[in-house]
Amino acid sequence: MTISIDPQKTNNESLQPKGWLRYFSFSLDHKVIGIQYLVCGFLFYLIGGTLASAIRIELASPMSDFMPRDVYNQVLTLHGTIMIFLWIVPVVNGAFGNYLIPFYVGARDMAFPRLNAVAFWLIPPSGLMLVASYFVEGAAQAGWTAYPPLSITTPQSGQIIWILSVLLLGGSSIFGGINFIATIIKLRRPGLKLMQLPMYCWAMLGTSLLVVLSTPVLAGTLILLSFDIIANTGFFNPVLGGNVVVYQHLFWFYSHPAVYIMVLPAFGLVSEILPVHARKPLFGYTTMVFSIMGIVVLGLVVWAHHMFTSGTPPWMRLFFTIATAFIAVPTGIKFFNWVATLWGGKISINSAMLFSCGFIINFVFGGITGVALAQVPFDIHVHDTYFVVAHFHYIVYGGTVFIIFSSIYHWFPKVTGKMLNEKLGILHFIITFIGFNLCFAPQHWLGLNGMPRRVAEYDPQFQFVNQISSLGALLMAISTIPFLINVLLSVRNGKDSGDNPWNALTPEWLTSSPPPVENWEGEAPLVEEPYGYGKKISERK
Amino acid sequence: MLNKNFYLILIITLVFAISFWIGFNVNLLPAEASINAPIYDELFKILFIIGLIIFIGMTIAVIYSLFKFRKRNDQIGDGIALEGNLSLEIVWTIIPSIIVLLIGLYSYNIYDRMGGMKELNHNHEMMSSNSEKIWAGISQTSDNEIAINNLSIEVSAMQFAFLFNYPKGNFISGELHVPVDQKVSMKMESKDVIHAFWVPEFRIKQDIIPGQPTILNFTPTKVGKYPIICAELCGPYHGGMRASIIVEEESDYNEWFNKNKKPEVNL
Repeated sequence: MTISIDPQKTNNESLQPKGWLRYFSFSLDHKVIGIQYLVCGFLFYLIGGTLASAIRIELASPMSDFMPRDVYNQVLTLHGTIMIFLWIVPVVNGAFGNYLIPFYVGARDMAFPRLNAVAFWLIPPSGLMLVASYFVEGAAQAGWTAYPPLSITTPQSGQIIWILSVLLLGGSSIFGGINFIATIIKLRRPGLKLMQLPMYCWAMLGTSLLVVLSTPVLAGTLILLSFDIIANTGFFNPVLGGNVVVYQHLFWFYSHPAVYIMVLPAFGLVSEILPVHARKPLFGYTTMVFSIMGIVVLGLVVWAHHMFTSGTPPWMRLFFTIATAFIAVPTGIKFFNWVATLWGGKISINSAMLFSCGFIINFVFGGITGVALAQVPFDIHVHDTYFVVAHFHYIVYGGTVFIIFSSIYHWFPKVTGKMLNEKLGILHFIITFIGFNLCFAPQHWLGLNGMPRRVAEYDPQFQFVNQISSLGALLMAISTIPFLINVLLSVRNGKDSGDNPWNALTPEWLTSSPPPVENWEGEAPLVEEPYGYGKKISERK
Repeated sequence: MLNKNFYLILIITLVFAISFWIGFNVNLLPAEASINAPIYDELFKILFIIGLIIFIGMTIAVIYSLFKFRKRNDQIGDGIALEGNLSLEIVWTIIPSIIVLLIGLYSYNIYDRMGGMKELNHNHEMMSSNSEKIWAGISQTSDNEIAINNLSIEVSAMQFAFLFNYPKGNFISGELHVPVDQKVSMKMESKDVIHAFWVPEFRIKQDIIPGQPTILNFTPTKVGKYPIICAELCGPYHGGMRASIIVEEESDYNEWFNKNKKPEVNL
């Protein structure tokens, strides 16, 4: 198989706007689409973060006194939906996947550039529609899980717009997944074997399989739910003989794999970042590949651990306990391998490295509470409490969002040709790390002692701990300021980075920074050892 | 000079000692007020200690690596070209598998002791017919005990309140009164959306589902007043959906029961 450049595409490219304007165009360049995903995702992160701040302000006092109660439920619903579907999933998959995967497989673009652009351009309108639904009749207020019958009985317009928006975002995700699978399997440069690919390719292959297998189930479920809402059908409506627990099964069949859709790409990204800055090969490449695939398989058969109090029969509780707990094994392997990658390296302590190490520490903590939550008797007490809220923020914020920041520090020179300011970066890390742990660690105690999640008011005995948590949230909000200043200043005035400031060996660094439209001036290089650090140049294959 | 292994063993011992000390001395849980609670707290303590050992160990490993293997200013070049170690990989696949398996078996044992593995359909006196599907909750009733010994209560939940029906006394209360040390068997059903019945001091929770009755059995062990909290988002006033469970001595309970009891209507 050879890589051919579609002549029509090249023509289109010359017609497309140049400079910053191309980021607002229907560009077919995977690098432009990647940046579009990242910036769009970050804007929604700011909206979702503002909503999170509103939640923490409300919870700084035990009474429901900051906003009306139904608005509070809309805020928490939008916060969850925006952070998952418009920030984390598009950024760890769409942004970094689009930017990096063609480089890693030695291609000039993704397999389906037009589908790629469509996948991105579905996101801004559905996101705006979701946010705008607040101004119609109020946004959806049944939580991001939209459990019926609550989602059937709350105001309809908000819920229907929510469903439409999530359906479009799910469609975007499926388009992206198909594109990644096709690119990784079919567009590899001649001579490049699967087991020579950088780890992020494997992570994206696993993630895309999960996306393609499970997202259609969510789509089907939400379509049935919308029938219940607008056409008075009775799939999930108990008044008409529907079954509310079936919805939960179908919903979590997607939404548990969604957790892996959010963390597996982060696992891939950290596997790229650590070897470069530790100057050591990635430890245990083969076991890393197998553990990703193990997580993919196990991730599909653990969904009912979200439903241990939903009236599931005992045998089902047991099966899902064992399956869930066993995900800790492949996940644990990855963490041991990362620490072994650091061990004996020559580690540059920079922002990218610090965020990656912060990720390891936070995620190990979230993983441990995850194994505990998998145990039915443990879960029965803390299910639907702040313990769970703390757990999943350790996974998706302490885990994935830390890696998103780490990746931005790592690949910023690649995209712009400029370095980010290290002092501001380290300041950003310190405030984020302290703020994050201050915000979420105390919430474990709140959950254990009797504070349920998704409440606007609580027992006054929890006020002090909630205020500590709100203080942490304030620090997290403040931490975006040095980051934004850093990015905005460095884009124009940053120190020139040269083509390969980290002396990295992965293929994206073996071209100019920023890269040319066709990625390489000549043939794509054949990189058989993307992690060949510590070897003399002559020894590298 | 002491060798490297000595320090390694010393650090591992310290991590274990600190984890056990914290596990036994730091209490993160509310009061224990039901038969379930001490069983739960035993599981919690074990998981807490194992978790602490892993977390402290990993954190030390990361911070130590960052410090020990940081690049000094005068250094150039790369670290060692170590690409993996099969025996290490096998070790850290097998040990976590064993730990996870043991935790799984142990939590199965805990769950069984809580009564979670019991069939519920046969020992509930309020079963109107055998065809009615009762969804599993947690049961404290063992198979050979007769259901009549239980205090049976029907719980209905609605936006945003719990109602407790005492069929024997033919009355409905907004507060749940139960005698101490006696098994309580509740059949719960929701009138509108999904709610949940949670008493943190009892370490039990069960969703209350519209259209599908659930059962929750428990035995309180400590006299006192505890909150009943709705733990499933059920609407704007979800945070305010609370009730109280009052555990009393049997004599106090009987007095309360007799005061509220409605006489049978005799024609």
